[in-house]
Amino acid sequence: MGQKVLMKGNEAIAEAAMRAGCKLFFGYPITPQTELSEYMAKNMPKRGGLSLQAESEVAAINMVYGASASGARVITSSSSPGISLKSEGVSYLVGADLPAVIVNVQRGGPGLGGIQAAQSDYYQATKALGHGDMHLIVLAPASVQEMASLTGEAFDLADIYRTPVMLLADGALGQMMEPIDLDERKAREIPEKTWACSGHDNKREHNIINSLYIVPEVLEKTILDRFERYRQIEETEVKYEEFMLDDADFVIVAYGITSRIAKTAVRAARQAGIKAGLLRPITLYPFPTKKLAQLADTAKRFLSVEMNMGQMVNDVKLAVDCKKPVTHFGHTGGVIPTPDEIVSEIKKLAGN
Amino acid sequence: MKTVFDKPHALTDIPFHYCPGCTHGIVHRLVAEAIDDLGIEGNTVGIAPVGCAVFAYNYFACDVIEAAHGRAPAVATGVKRAHPDKFVFTYQGDGDLAAIGTAETVHSGARGENITIIFINNAIYGMTGGQMAPTTLIGQVTTTTPYGRDRNIQGNPIRISEMMATVEGVGFVQRVAVNNVKNVLEAKKAIKKAFEMQRDKRGLSLVEVISTCPTNWGLSPKDALKFVDEKMIPHYPLGVFKDVTKEETK
Amino acid sequence: MNKVSFKIDLCQGCGLCVDACPRKIVELDKSVLNAKGFHPAHVTDMSKCIACAMCATMCPHIVIKVEKDVG
Repeated sequence: MGQKVLMKGNEAIAEAAMRAGCKLFFGYPITPQTELSEYMAKNMPKRGGLSLQAESEVAAINMVYGASASGARVITSSSSPGISLKSEGVSYLVGADLPAVIVNVQRGGPGLGGIQAAQSDYYQATKALGHGDMHLIVLAPASVQEMASLTGEAFDLADIYRTPVMLLADGALGQMMEPIDLDERKAREIPEKTWACSGHDNKREHNIINSLYIVPEVLEKTILDRFERYRQIEETEVKYEEFMLDDADFVIVAYGITSRIAKTAVRAARQAGIKAGLLRPITLYPFPTKKLAQLADTAKRFLSVEMNMGQMVNDVKLAVDCKKPVTHFGHTGGVIPTPDEIVSEIKKLAGN
Repeated sequence: MKTVFDKPHALTDIPFHYCPGCTHGIVHRLVAEAIDDLGIEGNTVGIAPVGCAVFAYNYFACDVIEAAHGRAPAVATGVKRAHPDKFVFTYQGDGDLAAIGTAETVHSGARGENITIIFINNAIYGMTGGQMAPTTLIGQVTTTTPYGRDRNIQGNPIRISEMMATVEGVGFVQRVAVNNVKNVLEAKKAIKKAFEMQRDKRGLSLVEVISTCPTNWGLSPKDALKFVDEKMIPHYPLGVFKDVTKEETK
Repeated sequence: MNKVSFKIDLCQGCGLCVDACPRKIVELDKSVLNAKGFHPAHVTDMSKCIACAMCATMCPHIVIKVEKDVG
């Protein structure tokens, strides 16, 4: 265990990215993630890297695409409206099988919305960040430590599976400060990027990075191959945390900042005699479907707590497969639920 | 026998898909000749556009990255900042560079990115079947201006070379044409110079090539070349609009 | 004698080479149809060729190779 240092969530991501060997950041200011790009601007030059403020989030994601296509580790960050702007670029990254790390420090939406924490981009991140048949690996940190560790993990996953990876954080995690250990994780082994476009040096055939396949059967084949990698990801990369689940009748499912509030509510519910427990997905894609299916045999009901109008609840329902009741509780627009509200909801539902 | 003209090494053997008489073929060859002359094929990354030249990754023998519509200068920025020692060029049409990609074009210039932009201006959207482009002339008939472009409805054509010449960070801007042998040879010189400016780190180099689209102009290849002389060049005059190396010797 | 060769099946019969030739010795061969269905370009009288390569300069389809007789 290394030395602990007190850091802000947004800055922890930036620091972890640099420690993962990333030397390129392309971004654009937007609340509540601007500290990330400012930290990059101050520190990248000191580490022989570059932090460039692009003319828009659209330009930034395309700079990411170019840098990734040339074989470099690269990161961009934004918040909800800016992530919408990146949609096309993300789809191109997927279609060209390019690694990249994209950070969404969520704020209230839709539209210009608000600037406080929300989780209303769950659908966007897990189902529709870009057009076409695609997935992104989506990681949901729930502490400043995880803002750092999962950033390092994101770069490794991106390179191993040749896919963009999203770090789905929120405004609260971005702003809060906690002591963290920056050297806590061990890097994974990464394959060589023989596919990169960085000049063939007259030593090989030219490489092409592309997502256009004009013959339908060829396009279908590239997608089937990509989905085979997704199947491997679903088999081997699911990550979650279990809290008091061994004998739980009442399972709360929550991620990110909401999971911390939910933990407090679980403890309070136990005090009140309800056998509550928490399943905290750390990977939102791949979703802990198998674990939820197992829990559906032993638990009596499920409550998805999320800061939106009910998005992850539908994935919980699919995993539970109608075996037990699944409902949603939350707030949206930047409003953060309190432990008391969640406890009231648990008591209300447990009474049925 | 001495070969005085042959396919450049920087072009693959894959036959072009372009229409009869389409000047994309000439410009692809000039870019490849410049790459051959400078001996930089192994150190070059090309960025292909969305447009008729979308398959450029099949035609150039260097590494090529396909970009989203208009985003080539941003993609080029990503490559160049990751590999400052490599040559990076974009090849873009008028929709790509002057409509959806105007911000990326201007800002890559303002940042002084040491990349080369080859801009194909044929005043129309070829690949999608002949719609208006930002550079379509007033009165020109296209499928989205069937009564001729009207400045009161569709606005005015944009002169990219003149505009980019005002951007500090842009090192070289020349507008050329490829409608006769003299112009083709001048275009070849300009394109080679653009790569040399990149080599010498003089900022963004942009060559605007007045090109033809016989199919969507509804003209024969021969008449399309005449249209360039009679209608395009008067509105888009040829010449050097910026050359920072000349400014220094003043 | 100088030599101009044409990759016949790449030619799209656009005629740009025909107009470019200063010796007026390039024509589309009406007696031939290539794989694409075009009349490909050819040289009518190779002895008049000066290997200026203007035909090749204007060709958009990389059809033409020009060799100069240095003997």
